[in-house]
Amino acid sequence: MRIGLFVPCFIDAFYPQVGIATLELLERFGCAVDYPFDQTCCGQPMVNSGCHAEAAATEQLFVDNFAAYDVIVAPSGSCVHQIRDNLTAVEQTAAVQHVRANTFELVEYLHDVLKVGAFPWAKFPHKVGYHDSCNTLRNLGHGKPSELRGPDFSKPRALLEKVEGIELVSPARPDECCGFGGTFSVTEPEVSGRMGRDKIADHGRAGAEYIVSADTSCLMHQQGCAKRIGAPIRFKHIAEVLNGSAA
Amino acid sequence: MSTPDPNQTLNSAEAVHEAQPKPAKARPGQRVDHAGAAREFLHSPVHAQSHDERVWAMRQRRDTAMETIPEWEELRDLASQIKTHALTHLDKYLEQFADNAAANGVHVHWAGDAADHNRIVHEIFTRHGVKKVIKSKSMLMEECGFRHYMEGVGIDIVETDLGERIQQLDKEDPSHVVVPAVHKMRSDVSQVFAKTLGSDPNNDDAHYLTEQQRQATRPLILDADAGMTGANFAIAETGGFVVCTNEGNADLSANVPNLHVASIGIEKIVPKLSDLGVFIRLLSRSALGSPITQYTSHFRAPKSGGEMHIVLVDNGRSKRLADERFWSSLKCIRCGACMNTCPVFRRSGGLSYGATYTGPLGLILDPSIDAYRYSNLPFASTLNGSCTNVCPVKINIHEQIFEWRQVLAEDDMIPWTKKSTLAAAGRTLASPRAYRTAIKSAHSALKHLPDWALYNKLNAWGQVRDLPEVPAEGSFHDWYRKHRMDQSESASGDSE
Ligand code: SF4
Repeated sequence: MRIGLFVPCFIDAFYPQVGIATLELLERFGCAVDYPFDQTCCGQPMVNSGCHAEAAATEQLFVDNFAAYDVIVAPSGSCVHQIRDNLTAVEQTAAVQHVRANTFELVEYLHDVLKVGAFPWAKFPHKVGYHDSCNTLRNLGHGKPSELRGPDFSKPRALLEKVEGIELVSPARPDECCGFGGTFSVTEPEVSGRMGRDKIADHGRAGAEYIVSADTSCLMHQQGCAKRIGAPIRFKHIAEVLNGSAA
Repeated sequence: MSTPDPNQTLNSAEAVHEAQPKPAKARPGQRVDHAGAAREFLHSPVHAQSHDERVWAMRQRRDTAMETIPEWEELRDLASQIKTHALTHLDKYLEQFADNAAANGVHVHWAGDAADHNRIVHEIFTRHGVKKVIKSKSMLMEECGFRHYMEGVGIDIVETDLGERIQQLDKEDPSHVVVPAVHKMRSDVSQVFAKTLGSDPNNDDAHYLTEQQRQATRPLILDADAGMTGANFAIAETGGFVVCTNEGNADLSANVPNLHVASIGIEKIVPKLSDLGVFIRLLSRSALGSPITQYTSHFRAPKSGGEMHIVLVDNGRSKRLADERFWSSLKCIRCGACMNTCPVFRRSGGLSYGATYTGPLGLILDPSIDAYRYSNLPFASTLNGSCTNVCPVKINIHEQIFEWRQVLAEDDMIPWTKKSTLAAAGRTLASPRAYRTAIKSAHSALKHLPDWALYNKLNAWGQVRDLPEVPAEGSFHDWYRKHRMDQSESASGDSE
């Protein structure tokens, strides 16, 4: 079985360490991982704005790059949601359907498919606020959102709890959106920025030294907001923590 | 640490010194500028924070109420199914409702659109020589522009709901379907009352203000020629309807004058009286977190010696019912839970939507009323999905917002600049070579441009947050090539 690694455009450009951690982590669990070299993006920026026709060629390129793999894994919840639920601008051929049905977000893959029991190499002796991105939480089902009634569960927390020394803290509004929202972040900068600052402050009040998430886009936005106001909080993708990043 | 007590913020001394933000409204034929109005709202920090905390407190009370009902999710399912059934048999149930209401001695009227509604009510008033009307809160009447119409024909309308009355006195639209003046602080209310009722501008005690309003409005209520209400539910089986209020003001409107006119949207029909139990349990818990509204009033026939009219209003509803993607928005019971949970609504305030329906609900209703005017609204969302999860009738709100974006883009309702930018992005991202070039130039721009160039007004990202740094090792792609690829291997389409 071969895994195709999808490294979304903004991770490729600005957060290569997230792609590296994802690759190494999968390899630590014995996976055979390829990185298709001609990959670019999943089409989300266009689709998020309603411009599906403008996304068709990008979606097709994505399918061409990944159709040969048994599964596709990506360290980005929002991209996985796009591929799984909204990759509809292209004709739904067998290849497209295969790609859509077999794309996993990293946490899901570790938790549901590999059923990982331990990360013996990982130590992270810090107070961590986990940021449930809206896409991972409500569209991919990483955990129980606070609005729904039912038993509590959280796949990313279940994984992080296996990391030595980590202390998970909870903000008062546990799963409030951080305001990134794809193109929302540039079409509504004031509201977006306010939400980002509120999110960081909420984590800060809970005592978090780090904000960890499975969505780099949310982290990019929050990190930008934190730097602008000089908030001392730091940011890590969950792949980095699980792969043994020290700090 | 928990969210600060909203009431403390409301009473803070600072509030007195900050004027209420009044975002500019779109002129006729213009697009509503949600982002601009939101900016104005956020630039009044005391109001902005108070609004967020106050509205979030309602969401928290909803959560607490939900936790007391073990079968909450089943109730939502049931409510959604009853609405699906009612809406898919709407013709039959509407007829049944109208027949039963007529048999109860009620005059039933049918209004195709807002203008019909206003004209029909006006005719009823003319026949009875009505000059003064008291009315309880109704979003449908807002939708029909009813108050403005009546102003134009010289009939006085007095709102009996406190929040709605505040908004009426301030000549503003309601900003929230359940709490119309939630964007105002007590200090704002005391200013409005001082100007319009002559009360003490320096006293913003809630009891004082409520009492001032009560004293001023009571004679108007006793003196009214007609009363109007909306309806939360209309029951086909009985021909009766239910109005839920917390102030009992619907009972005043319905019972004090001899003439009662109820405006009811055709989607308010439920088949049976026994269905009500499901909706009543959900409505107030979803809205305010209280187990039930203070007054759940059932009306079925005119009071003795009185007259009752029902105006059943379509105003685009049957057209929406025929649309596969958006019909389920008609299930809405106007609880406002989606607004309370919406992080964008809480930050921007309801008036920023420039529309009758605000928040997530407005995002899916307003564009079907006027696609161009409200074409920015479906983009005033992060698509976070919380609205869908709180909705007591399980409308897939965030998915409909997403659908609307596509409809608007296809119908050329989004700005040309935005569309052409995204088309260009699509071309770059569809070509590995163009994409790699774009990343390189982004990196060099970030490295070489001075801060003032990155953080200028044109760069919306840089306005409110810093840009990411250029990674020392280059892109992931560069790293992979260097560390993981046999240098003799050459990748297709990636020669440099
Ligand atoms: S859409 Fe749902 S949550 Fe929003 S007001 Fe209507 S019923 Fe309530």
